[in-house]
Formats: sequence, structure tokens, C-alpha cells
Amino acid sequence: MSITALLARLGAATRAQMADWGYAARLLARLVWLLGPALRRWPLVRDQVHFLGNRSLAIITVSGLFVGFVLGLQGYYTLQRYGSAEALGLLVALSLVRELGPVVAALLFAGRAGASLTAEIGLMRSGEQLSALEMMAVDPVRRILAPRFAAGLIALPLLCAVFSAVGILGGYVVGVLLIGVDSGAFWSQMQSGVDVFKDVGNGIVKSVVFALAVTFVALLQGYVARPTPEGVASATTRSVVMASLTVLALDFVLTAMMFSL
Amino acid sequence: MERSKNDVWVGLFVLLGALAVLFLALKSANLLQLNWNSQYQVSARFDNIGGLKAGAAVKSAGVRVGRVQAIDFDNQSFQARVTMSLDAAHQFPKDSSLKILTSGLLGEQYVDISPGADEKNLGAGDRIASTQSAVVLENLIGQFLYNKAAEPAPAKSAP
Repeated sequence: MSITALLARLGAATRAQMADWGYAARLLARLVWLLGPALRRWPLVRDQVHFLGNRSLAIITVSGLFVGFVLGLQGYYTLQRYGSAEALGLLVALSLVRELGPVVAALLFAGRAGASLTAEIGLMRSGEQLSALEMMAVDPVRRILAPRFAAGLIALPLLCAVFSAVGILGGYVVGVLLIGVDSGAFWSQMQSGVDVFKDVGNGIVKSVVFALAVTFVALLQGYVARPTPEGVASATTRSVVMASLTVLALDFVLTAMMFSL
Repeated sequence: MERSKNDVWVGLFVLLGALAVLFLALKSANLLQLNWNSQYQVSARFDNIGGLKAGAAVKSAGVRVGRVQAIDFDNQSFQARVTMSLDAAHQFPKDSSLKILTSGLLGEQYVDISPGADEKNLGAGDRIASTQSAVVLENLIGQFLYNKAAEPAPAKSAP
């Protein structure tokens, strides 16, 4: 193959990639713009909150509980070596509120809710339902994507708060009830070390950003999926992989920005 | 109708999430202990602040009475200038003195106020003159070694 053909191929690939990015950015701007109108059609959003939020509650609660258990155990083993087992509450609360709550909740949400969003919209695409909507002069972005986007933005921060709260209770169960760390020290160390705005507030900000990323990636992958069974399958896979990687990368950036002091 | 049923469940979900946020704010963070009271600021100069950081506690008799607001370097006197905000509920005499102490052997450092005997109390913007620097472990060890070296060598016992 000649050099020019190689260069031409590279150029075409770059150009296609740029076009994809541009399309994604345009769709994201459109979805954010449509948040207000979507919320005004509340029944649509409500059904999606029910589907994305309520149905994810079980997995979020159970995982939160077990993450709390493990944090309690591991934290205790490490802390008691330095004779500061009373700091267990602080350790559990800070790790959950700052990092594990938002990140793990977002990863679970990407697997549980994001995948089903992508599959649903991809199947709508392959079943030509989206084209049918367009034919009837109904904008699919406004009617199908926007309510799901708004619902994801509502559901994930709430799920993240539930995850952190249940996790702290799990740490309490293992640390105080099973191992026997002093209950007063557990809570008072936690309260003196956790700041409402710096820690809890930043955790919630993080989960809102993750909600935006996960829901948007899921919707985009479904919307641009190739309208074949394989296309929907690979779109679902890509949705989960990309959403998870985006969450982890964003987490690093956000942490560096928030807690750099 | 299915819709009204969904409404209830979504409402419950939102309520649960709000309760979780409330739990995080009240039980695990210190929203209730957060200080909305008025405060007044005083400053002091230290020769060495050790590992003191902005946000560290200011304590008197072990009770937290304020926080360190800011720390910067004074170009004139080559000392550290520490600005502290104290709760207005606690007033201290003008000649109180400050010490930088460590909670526990390896804990974090805080500023300790020992009240003096002056009739007048500290006001906003006042400067506390009497300060005692943080104990820096390296200096302490250096001093110890220096003293050791200065001591005459112990006489060797005769064989």
C-alpha cells in the first residue's frame, strides 16, 4: 500500500472520529437544553425514574451494605495495628462519602440501568420506531431521550446517597456491633472529621456529574447503534465499558480539583 | 391505574434518597455542630509553626473555641503570621498566650490559648504578643546530639 493511501485512510478515520465527537457534543447540548421541557412532562420522567431508580434500589442497597461491611473489617484490622481503632467511623464515612459512594454507585448504575437504556433505544432504532416517530413529526430526542436523561440525573445522586448511608450503617454494624469499637467514638470521630459541604456536598456534586456521563453515554450508544442484532449487542457492551471508564477518569479529575488542597 | 401506582413508588424512592442525604448531613457530618455564631479574628506571630495548617482547631483547656483561618509569612519580621477566628461566645483576656501543641504523640497540631489576667478582653483584629512555637522534632534531636557531643567522654574503667 502506498504512503498516500495510508495517509488518506488516517485522515478519513480522524475526520470520522471528529464528526462523532461533534455529533455527541451537539446531542449533549440538546439534551441539557431540553431538561426543562422534559421535566414539564413529568409523567414521562416519572416512569423513567421508577425504571432507573426504584429498580436499581435493591442492588445499590445490598452492595452498599457489603462495601460497608468490608470497609469496617479491613479498616479495623489496619487501624488497630496503630492503636487507633476509634478512627474507624471516620475512615468508613470519608471513603464512602468522597469516593466509593459516587463511584461504585455510578458503576453499578452503568451496568444495571445504562445497559438497559442502550438496549431499549438500540432496539427502538433497529425496530424503526424512532424513524416512525420522526415520520409523525415527533422529535425522538425530545420524546424518548430527554425524559430518560432527566430521570438518570435525578435517580443516580439519590442512589449514591442511599449507597453511602447504607454503607456507613454497614460499617457501624461490623465495627461497633460485631467487633466492639466504642459507639460514641465511632460517631464522634466521624462527625468531627466529615465536613458537610467539603465532603458530603462534593460527593453529591460528583454523583451528579457521573449521572450526566453514564446516562448520556448510554443514550448516545443506543441512539447511534447499528440497527442490527449485533449492532445493539455491541452498543450495549460499549455503553457499559465506556460509561465505566468515563466515570473512573472523571473521578480522578474531579478528585484532583476538589480535594487538591 | 398503573400510573398512580408508579407515582407512589417514585415518591418513596425520592423520599428515601432525601432521607439518606439528611442522614449523611446530620449523623455522619457535622451540620448540627456547624458554627453559625458570630466570630472575631485575632492574629499572632510565631517563630515556627511546625505542621500547623489552616482549619486546625484553636483550643483552650482542651475545648475547641475557634479555628485557624489563614497562615502566611511576614516579610518584615520573618515570622509566620497566623490568623484565627474565635467564637464570639468565648472571650479571652488581652494578655493571653498561645502555644502550638500536638494532640497525642503523632496527632495533628492545634493552637492552645492560655488565658492571661488582663482586665480587658481580646477584640476583633487584636494581635496576641506572647507565643510559643511548635516543637520541631528534628531540632530537638539535633540539640540532644549536640549536648551529648559536648559532654566529656566517660572515663574508661581501668583494666
